[in-house]
Amino acid sequence: MTDQTALFEFLLRLGDNTLVLGHRVSEWCGHAPVLEEDIALANIALDLIGQTQMWLGLAGEVEGAGRSADDLAMLRDVWDFRNLLLVEQPNGDFGQTLMRQCLFDAFHVELLTDLTHASDDRIAAIAAKALKEVTYHLDRSSETVIGLGDGTEESHRRMQTALDLLWPYVGEMFTPDAVDEAMHTAGIGPDLTALRSRFDTRIDAILAEATLTKPDSAFAQSGGKTGFRHTEHLGHMLTQMQWLQRAYPGATW
Amino acid sequence: MTPDLPTIWDWLDQVPDPEIPVISVVDLGIVRDVAWQGDTLEVAVTPTYSGCPATSVIAMDIETALYDRGIRNVRIKTQIAPPWTTDWLSDKGRAKLADYGIAPPSPAGGPDTCPRCGGTHLTRISQFGSTPCKAHWRCDDCLEPFDYFKCI
Repeated sequence: MTDQTALFEFLLRLGDNTLVLGHRVSEWCGHAPVLEEDIALANIALDLIGQTQMWLGLAGEVEGAGRSADDLAMLRDVWDFRNLLLVEQPNGDFGQTLMRQCLFDAFHVELLTDLTHASDDRIAAIAAKALKEVTYHLDRSSETVIGLGDGTEESHRRMQTALDLLWPYVGEMFTPDAVDEAMHTAGIGPDLTALRSRFDTRIDAILAEATLTKPDSAFAQSGGKTGFRHTEHLGHMLTQMQWLQRAYPGATW
Repeated sequence: MTPDLPTIWDWLDQVPDPEIPVISVVDLGIVRDVAWQGDTLEVAVTPTYSGCPATSVIAMDIETALYDRGIRNVRIKTQIAPPWTTDWLSDKGRAKLADYGIAPPSPAGGPDTCPRCGGTHLTRISQFGSTPCKAHWRCDDCLEPFDYFKCI
């Protein structure tokens, strides 16, 4: 794998994570339990889609085949997506959505912090921009996880169920492959082992305050960031997200 | 005749933010640089939030304002580094926000006073408000809700 190919793959992972999670979160628009939460979720989705434009825009530039951020987002099929399995999981109830968000945000903050020191200035600039927004996302998702975990018997039960359901998708974030290793060697990508320990410190503190129990299984699902095997949910999501581009190829405003 | 840069900055200071029209795009601190490149005026603009839908409207408003004043060749350049911070809001802009009923950003992480009655007993209702740059608060003195411009 050339450095350029690894860089393209790495950028797709960054952009596909924010795109897929941004779309998932936007599915709550008009459906959240209260108006304030509805607005908050829509704003978070907006930040993530904005970050996607930067990551996939740069991916298209690096690839050099003339594909724009829109082309990459709307004209690829499931097997070409490089997002983590965690972010494509369905929203479930509100608690499950916020648990997914908190697990991703805790990873995202640490990842972006490392990327602000990337040897590639373009990546460092996007990371610095996104980090400000994502720090705010984590503040909110962790507060909500704590509030609901340490809430009523019912909210606690739902949050523990969400954690148990989503935990097998956490390990993939920290399992390095050839792309991760190439990017780390190039002074761009993070050391995933060190990142994991910072993630654990954060998440352990949040879960303890939320009175939730971290599952003790280290089993990790994989196949999202390599594109080897996504869960069945991504295809269904893309039929919604890409509907217009599929039904009317080349449509413009 | 080519207008000089202070004149152009002055014109840009009359372009309102599309979401918060009492402040200008210059007050907001998103115009980072203005420079002539030959006969083309290059304006560097930085987004507030990555996904802020006002960004493309702002670029269009800047182009239109300059076109109306006779500048035919304008290039809007998006500049993301260093990232936008609310420290770049002008003092004039902060005062206008408060007059308009939006509490200006404060490093303390929340508003200092209610922009309506000046009360200091304030409660956060939501970390997010009507636009990505704002949060939603309530004054416990006058009981009115108000927007707070988030500090980032």
